[in-house]
Amino acid sequence: MTLLSTFFAAIICTVIWYRNAPKDDMKVGILCWLYWGASLMWLVDAIFEYAEVRAEYFTPAPADMLNDLFLGLSVIALGLIIWLVILLIKDPKGVVKNALSRGKH
Amino acid sequence: MACFLIPTVEAIAVTALAKVMESKEVSRDIAKVQKDSESLEVAGKVPFSRKLKWLRNLLWGGSALLAFEHVWHGEVVPWFPFLTAAADPADAAEMLHEMATIGVTMAVLVTAVWGVMLAVSSSVEKRASKVQPAEN
Repeated sequence: MTLLSTFFAAIICTVIWYRNAPKDDMKVGILCWLYWGASLMWLVDAIFEYAEVRAEYFTPAPADMLNDLFLGLSVIALGLIIWLVILLIKDPKGVVKNALSRGKH
Repeated sequence: MACFLIPTVEAIAVTALAKVMESKEVSRDIAKVQKDSESLEVAGKVPFSRKLKWLRNLLWGGSALLAFEHVWHGEVVPWFPFLTAAADPADAAEMLHEMATIGVTMAVLVTAVWGVMLAVSSSVEKRASKVQPAEN
Protein backbone atom coordinates (compact mmCIF):
# COMPACT_ATOMS: atom_id res chain seq x y z
CA MET A 1 0.00 0.00 0.00
CA THR A 2 2.90 2.35 0.78
CA LEU A 3 4.46 1.61 -2.61
CA LEU A 4 1.13 2.04 -4.38
CA SER A 5 0.34 5.37 -2.65
CA THR A 6 3.80 6.79 -3.44
CA PHE A 7 3.61 5.46 -6.99
CA PHE A 8 0.28 7.21 -7.62
CA ALA A 9 1.63 10.42 -6.03
CA ALA A 10 4.66 10.24 -8.38
CA ILE A 11 2.45 9.75 -11.45
CA ILE A 12 0.08 12.61 -10.51
CA CYS A 13 3.01 14.98 -9.82
CA THR A 14 4.69 14.03 -13.11
CA VAL A 15 1.46 14.74 -15.04
CA ILE A 16 1.14 18.15 -13.31
CA TRP A 17 4.83 18.91 -14.01
CA TYR A 18 4.46 17.90 -17.69
CA ARG A 19 1.29 19.96 -18.10
CA ASN A 20 3.09 23.13 -16.95
CA ALA A 21 6.47 22.41 -18.60
CA PRO A 22 8.77 24.12 -19.45
CA LYS A 23 7.54 26.53 -16.75
CA ASP A 24 8.07 25.19 -13.24
CA ASP A 25 7.14 28.17 -11.07
CA MET A 26 5.66 25.93 -8.39
CA LYS A 27 8.72 23.63 -8.36
CA VAL A 28 6.57 20.53 -8.86
CA GLY A 29 9.71 18.84 -10.19
CA ILE A 30 10.90 18.50 -6.58
CA LEU A 31 7.86 16.38 -5.75
CA CYS A 32 8.50 14.20 -8.82
CA TRP A 33 12.08 13.46 -7.70
CA LEU A 34 10.96 12.75 -4.11
CA TYR A 35 8.16 10.37 -5.00
CA TRP A 36 9.90 8.61 -7.90
CA GLY A 37 13.04 8.06 -5.78
CA ALA A 38 10.96 6.57 -2.96
CA SER A 39 8.82 4.51 -5.38
CA LEU A 40 11.90 2.91 -6.96
CA MET A 41 13.36 2.08 -3.55
CA TRP A 42 10.10 0.62 -2.24
CA LEU A 43 9.77 -1.36 -5.46
CA VAL A 44 13.03 -3.12 -4.57
CA ASP A 45 11.70 -3.71 -1.05
CA ALA A 46 8.52 -5.20 -2.54
CA ILE A 47 10.45 -7.49 -4.91
CA PHE A 48 12.57 -8.85 -2.04
CA GLU A 49 9.47 -9.36 0.09
CA TYR A 50 7.71 -11.12 -2.79
CA ALA A 51 10.71 -13.42 -3.26
CA GLU A 52 10.42 -14.33 0.42
CA VAL A 53 6.67 -14.80 0.93
CA ARG A 54 5.51 -15.33 -2.70
CA ALA A 55 1.71 -15.11 -3.25
CA GLU A 56 1.14 -14.19 0.39
CA TYR A 57 2.51 -10.75 -0.52
CA PHE A 58 -0.74 -9.97 -2.35
CA THR A 59 -3.03 -11.01 0.51
CA PRO A 60 -1.96 -8.88 3.48
CA ALA A 61 -3.91 -8.82 6.73
CA PRO A 62 -6.43 -5.92 6.83
CA ALA A 63 -4.64 -4.39 9.83
CA ASP A 64 -1.28 -4.44 8.00
CA MET A 65 -2.91 -2.96 4.90
CA LEU A 66 -4.46 -0.15 6.91
CA ASN A 67 -1.14 0.57 8.63
CA ASP A 68 0.66 0.60 5.27
CA LEU A 69 -1.97 2.94 3.80
CA PHE A 70 -1.61 5.23 6.81
CA LEU A 71 2.18 5.16 6.32
CA GLY A 72 1.78 5.87 2.58
CA LEU A 73 -0.41 8.90 3.24
CA SER A 74 2.03 10.14 5.90
CA VAL A 75 4.89 9.76 3.43
CA ILE A 76 2.95 11.80 0.84
CA ALA A 77 2.28 14.46 3.50
CA LEU A 78 5.99 14.55 4.42
CA GLY A 79 6.90 14.92 0.74
CA LEU A 80 4.46 17.83 0.43
CA ILE A 81 5.94 19.49 3.54
CA ILE A 82 9.51 19.14 2.14
CA TRP A 83 8.29 20.62 -1.17
CA LEU A 84 6.50 23.50 0.58
CA VAL A 85 9.57 24.40 2.66
CA ILE A 86 11.81 24.38 -0.45
CA LEU A 87 9.21 26.39 -2.40
CA LEU A 88 8.97 29.07 0.31
CA ILE A 89 12.76 29.25 0.73
CA LYS A 90 13.48 29.48 -3.03
CA ASP A 91 10.40 31.70 -3.51
CA PRO A 92 10.50 31.63 -7.36
CA LYS A 93 7.61 34.12 -7.67
CA GLY A 94 9.04 36.47 -5.03
CA VAL A 95 5.78 36.33 -3.03
CA VAL A 96 7.43 35.82 0.37
CA LYS A 97 10.04 38.49 -0.37
CA ASN A 98 7.33 40.99 -1.38
CA ALA A 99 5.22 40.17 1.67
CA LEU A 100 8.20 40.65 3.98
CA SER A 101 9.33 43.91 2.34
CA ARG A 102 5.74 45.25 2.46
CA GLY A 103 5.65 44.47 6.17
CA LYS A 104 8.70 46.69 6.75
CA HIS A 105 7.00 49.81 5.34
CA MET B 1 16.28 -2.20 8.90
CA ALA B 2 18.72 0.34 7.50
CA CYS B 3 18.67 -0.31 3.77
CA PHE B 4 18.17 3.40 3.05
CA LEU B 5 21.72 4.08 4.29
CA ILE B 6 23.31 2.73 1.09
CA PRO B 7 21.40 5.14 -1.24
CA THR B 8 22.11 7.92 1.32
CA VAL B 9 25.86 7.27 1.10
CA GLU B 10 25.59 7.30 -2.71
CA ALA B 11 23.59 10.55 -2.50
CA ILE B 12 26.37 12.19 -0.46
CA ALA B 13 29.01 11.05 -2.98
CA VAL B 14 26.92 12.21 -5.97
CA THR B 15 26.24 15.60 -4.31
CA ALA B 16 29.99 16.15 -3.85
CA LEU B 17 30.72 15.02 -7.42
CA ALA B 18 28.00 17.31 -8.83
CA LYS B 19 29.54 20.28 -6.97
CA VAL B 20 33.00 19.50 -8.40
CA MET B 21 31.61 19.02 -11.92
CA GLU B 22 29.61 22.24 -11.69
CA SER B 23 32.67 24.30 -10.81
CA LYS B 24 34.55 22.73 -13.76
CA GLU B 25 31.75 23.41 -16.22
CA VAL B 26 31.43 27.16 -15.72
CA SER B 27 32.08 28.05 -19.34
CA ARG B 28 31.22 24.75 -20.99
CA ASP B 29 27.44 24.98 -21.19
CA ILE B 30 27.59 25.85 -24.88
CA ALA B 31 28.98 23.19 -27.19
CA LYS B 32 31.05 24.34 -30.14
CA VAL B 33 30.62 22.66 -33.47
CA GLN B 34 33.21 23.19 -36.20
CA LYS B 35 31.73 23.67 -39.64
CA ASP B 36 33.73 24.85 -42.68
CA SER B 37 36.37 26.42 -40.44
CA GLU B 38 33.63 28.49 -38.82
CA SER B 39 32.70 28.10 -35.22
CA LEU B 40 29.02 27.45 -34.85
CA GLU B 41 27.57 27.54 -31.38
CA VAL B 42 24.88 25.08 -30.48
CA ALA B 43 23.02 25.82 -27.31
CA GLY B 44 20.82 23.38 -25.42
CA LYS B 45 23.25 20.64 -24.39
CA VAL B 46 22.51 19.72 -20.80
CA PRO B 47 25.70 19.96 -18.70
CA PHE B 48 26.78 16.73 -16.99
CA SER B 49 26.62 18.37 -13.56
CA ARG B 50 22.90 18.99 -14.14
CA LYS B 51 22.42 15.37 -15.13
CA LEU B 52 24.21 14.33 -11.95
CA LYS B 53 21.72 16.48 -10.03
CA TRP B 54 18.89 14.31 -11.41
CA LEU B 55 20.52 11.29 -9.76
CA ARG B 56 21.20 13.30 -6.59
CA ASN B 57 17.54 14.37 -6.37
CA LEU B 58 16.27 10.82 -6.88
CA LEU B 59 18.63 9.44 -4.24
CA TRP B 60 17.99 12.17 -1.63
CA GLY B 61 14.23 12.10 -2.23
CA GLY B 62 13.99 8.34 -1.89
CA SER B 63 16.36 8.18 1.09
CA ALA B 64 14.48 10.91 2.99
CA LEU B 65 11.10 9.22 2.60
CA LEU B 66 12.54 5.78 3.37
CA ALA B 67 14.23 7.16 6.49
CA PHE B 68 10.79 8.32 7.63
CA GLU B 69 9.43 4.82 7.06
CA HIS B 70 12.20 3.41 9.27
CA VAL B 71 11.35 5.93 12.00
CA TRP B 72 7.68 4.88 11.63
CA HIS B 73 8.62 1.23 12.21
CA GLY B 74 10.86 2.09 15.16
CA GLU B 75 14.03 0.96 13.37
CA VAL B 76 15.61 4.41 13.56
CA VAL B 77 15.59 6.25 16.89
CA PRO B 78 16.86 9.72 17.89
CA TRP B 79 19.30 8.33 20.47
CA PHE B 80 22.56 6.36 20.26
CA PRO B 81 23.17 4.01 18.38
CA PHE B 82 20.27 5.46 16.32
CA LEU B 83 19.56 2.09 14.69
CA THR B 84 17.72 -0.26 17.06
CA ALA B 85 19.22 -3.29 15.29
CA ALA B 86 22.75 -2.08 16.08
CA ALA B 87 22.22 -2.72 19.81
CA ASP B 88 22.05 -6.51 19.38
CA PRO B 89 24.82 -8.44 17.50
CA ALA B 90 22.34 -10.89 15.90
CA ASP B 91 20.11 -8.05 14.70
CA ALA B 92 23.18 -6.12 13.55
CA ALA B 93 24.26 -9.04 11.33
CA GLU B 94 20.77 -9.19 9.83
CA MET B 95 20.82 -5.43 9.30
CA LEU B 96 24.18 -5.59 7.50
CA HIS B 97 22.86 -8.41 5.29
CA GLU B 98 19.81 -6.32 4.44
CA MET B 99 21.99 -3.34 3.60
CA ALA B 100 24.20 -5.50 1.37
CA THR B 101 21.25 -6.98 -0.51
CA ILE B 102 18.22 -4.65 -0.49
CA GLY B 103 20.20 -1.42 0.06
CA VAL B 104 22.68 -2.10 -2.75
CA THR B 105 19.87 -3.17 -5.11
CA MET B 106 18.00 0.07 -4.36
CA ALA B 107 21.09 2.14 -5.19
CA VAL B 108 21.72 0.08 -8.36
CA LEU B 109 18.10 0.39 -9.57
CA VAL B 110 17.99 4.16 -9.03
CA THR B 111 21.35 4.53 -10.82
CA ALA B 112 20.12 2.29 -13.66
CA VAL B 113 16.98 4.42 -14.09
CA TRP B 114 19.22 7.50 -14.18
CA GLY B 115 21.33 5.71 -16.83
CA VAL B 116 18.20 5.30 -18.97
CA MET B 117 17.44 9.00 -18.48
CA LEU B 118 21.00 9.82 -19.63
CA ALA B 119 20.61 7.65 -22.73
CA VAL B 120 17.30 9.31 -23.65
CA SER B 121 18.74 12.78 -22.98
CA SER B 122 21.83 12.16 -25.12
CA SER B 123 19.78 10.81 -28.03
CA VAL B 124 17.56 13.93 -27.88
CA GLU B 125 20.69 16.12 -27.83
CA LYS B 126 22.18 14.26 -30.81
CA ARG B 127 18.97 14.69 -32.77
CA ALA B 128 18.88 18.40 -31.88
CA SER B 129 22.50 18.92 -32.98
CA LYS B 130 21.76 17.22 -36.34
CA VAL B 131 18.76 19.47 -36.94
CA GLN B 132 20.53 22.70 -35.83
CA PRO B 133 23.11 23.03 -38.69
CA ALA B 134 20.46 22.27 -41.32
CA GLU B 135 18.29 25.08 -40.01
CA ASN B 136 21.14 27.65 -40.21
